[in-house]
Amino acid sequence: MPLRNRWKSFIDRETPAAWLLAAPALLGLLAFVALPFLLALALSFTDLRMGSPLPVEWAGLEQYARILSDPGFLHALRNNAVFAAVVVPLQTALALGLALLLDRPLRGMVVFRTLFFLPVVFPMSLVAVVWILIYAPGTDGLMNAALATLTLGAWEPVDFLHDPRWALPAIMLLSIWQGVGFQMVILLAALQGVPQTLHEAARLDGAGPVRRFWHVTLPQLRNPLIFVALVTAILAFRLFDQVQIMTQGGPLDATTTVM
Amino acid sequence: MRRLRGGLQALLVYAVLAFLAAVYVAPIAFMVVGSLKPDARVLADMGSAAAFVPAEASLENYRDVFGRVSFGRFLFNSVLITGAIMLGGLLVNGFLGYALARLRWRGRGWVLAGLLALLILPLEAIAVPLFYQVTLLGWRDTYVVQILPFVAHAFFVYLFYVFFLGLPKELEEAARMDGASVLGTYFRIILPNAKPAFATVAILTFLFQWGQYLWPLMVTSGERVRPLPVAIAAFRTLPPLQWGDILAFGVMMVAPVIVVFLAFQRWFVRGVAESGLKG
Repeated sequence: MPLRNRWKSFIDRETPAAWLLAAPALLGLLAFVALPFLLALALSFTDLRMGSPLPVEWAGLEQYARILSDPGFLHALRNNAVFAAVVVPLQTALALGLALLLDRPLRGMVVFRTLFFLPVVFPMSLVAVVWILIYAPGTDGLMNAALATLTLGAWEPVDFLHDPRWALPAIMLLSIWQGVGFQMVILLAALQGVPQTLHEAARLDGAGPVRRFWHVTLPQLRNPLIFVALVTAILAFRLFDQVQIMTQGGPLDATTTVM
Repeated sequence: MRRLRGGLQALLVYAVLAFLAAVYVAPIAFMVVGSLKPDARVLADMGSAAAFVPAEASLENYRDVFGRVSFGRFLFNSVLITGAIMLGGLLVNGFLGYALARLRWRGRGWVLAGLLALLILPLEAIAVPLFYQVTLLGWRDTYVVQILPFVAHAFFVYLFYVFFLGLPKELEEAARMDGASVLGTYFRIILPNAKPAFATVAILTFLFQWGQYLWPLMVTSGERVRPLPVAIAAFRTLPPLQWGDILAFGVMMVAPVIVVFLAFQRWFVRGVAESGLKG
């Protein structure tokens, strides 16, 4: 049998089995991801309102025009953007710093790694509820008291969640707290994959620790860093749980997000 | 001299790490310690270091939680939903990953392209139409609506796919020569050789699903099928406001996860790292 035909018969033989194996996951993805997405796309051109008895009518691009000129939507989008612009670089840099500190052949690093990873296993709804208490207003609030101690009393107590200037930063802080361990672990694994020979070669060439970081470590971490920053950015635009529980978008829409 | 400098440097690293860890873990310590105190003490101690000292400790708050809400019910719901998604997901996502990575079939290219397109769609983007869909099906306020839509998961299929691609070709050739079926090859050859992939997906599924909030909030209305994340948010707004009870609820909600995490620590961390490096 010519090679080409044999290859073809091979494909035909495995095709039914492959489709059978693929079917359950494919059906699930089609029914619960692809279909609702297409539905969303189609419905977005109509004037459907849930629970409304009026017949659904084609509205073309009207909805898009309306939402793009809606100050509430634009404001929410801006909050998401600000959140991402602050959290993505800050959290990534913090995760990188922790990973660099932990990437040493010293005893007990596993314990520290475990501690920094711990909040990752906390459900966001729980984190939000506990931090409501931490952000309690007045000098008796844990966060206010801690800041007062750190600044030797110079800190003026604020009502974090009800002050339009503080609500979004407060939510950023707990989001970073909960998420940084995840990135740290990924970066730590990447750091440990950097070949030691590169560092040794650089050291022989007389490069100090700072130069080795910029010219050896960072270039080697390029892909994991991009990945980590990208995931954080995506998550930033899906921000919902903590806002819904802590501030419901208030005060004065300071924390409204697109979701 | 060099050793002395190394020792000093290590000491400095420990000092920095210890300080950071203390600040970092403070909210957790505050939660656990607070859960043991009478409600009034939680609030009174908050502005000082006493917040981290378990004075007047008792398990009163924990008993309170069981008296005020059906915590056992919420825990059962969370375990059932998360467990079902995990087991179902390992099975069906593994199958699809295997078919894509190791089998030659008509339609493979199309399925792979479609999968990559779905990879970037977050739940939030489809939550509203999905909600509409399950309402039409009459699935509101059930377990099914919290399980079925999340079993098949494009990202996990992709993880399996990448992992199975990396296995050496020779592995299944011998089995095939002996006439093993496609399914037999999967369970006898691929699965035992890809345990880290299954552990990674199991762990990530558990992590995501245990904390799932938005969707159950949308689709559950009563307490019957409500999972823990929605239950704690509701518990906080349940009068009278008792912070001690709320913290006890929180500790009980995260304790199972921490036990699992500490028991499978190495797998957990490696799983997360691998999903990042392979994704």
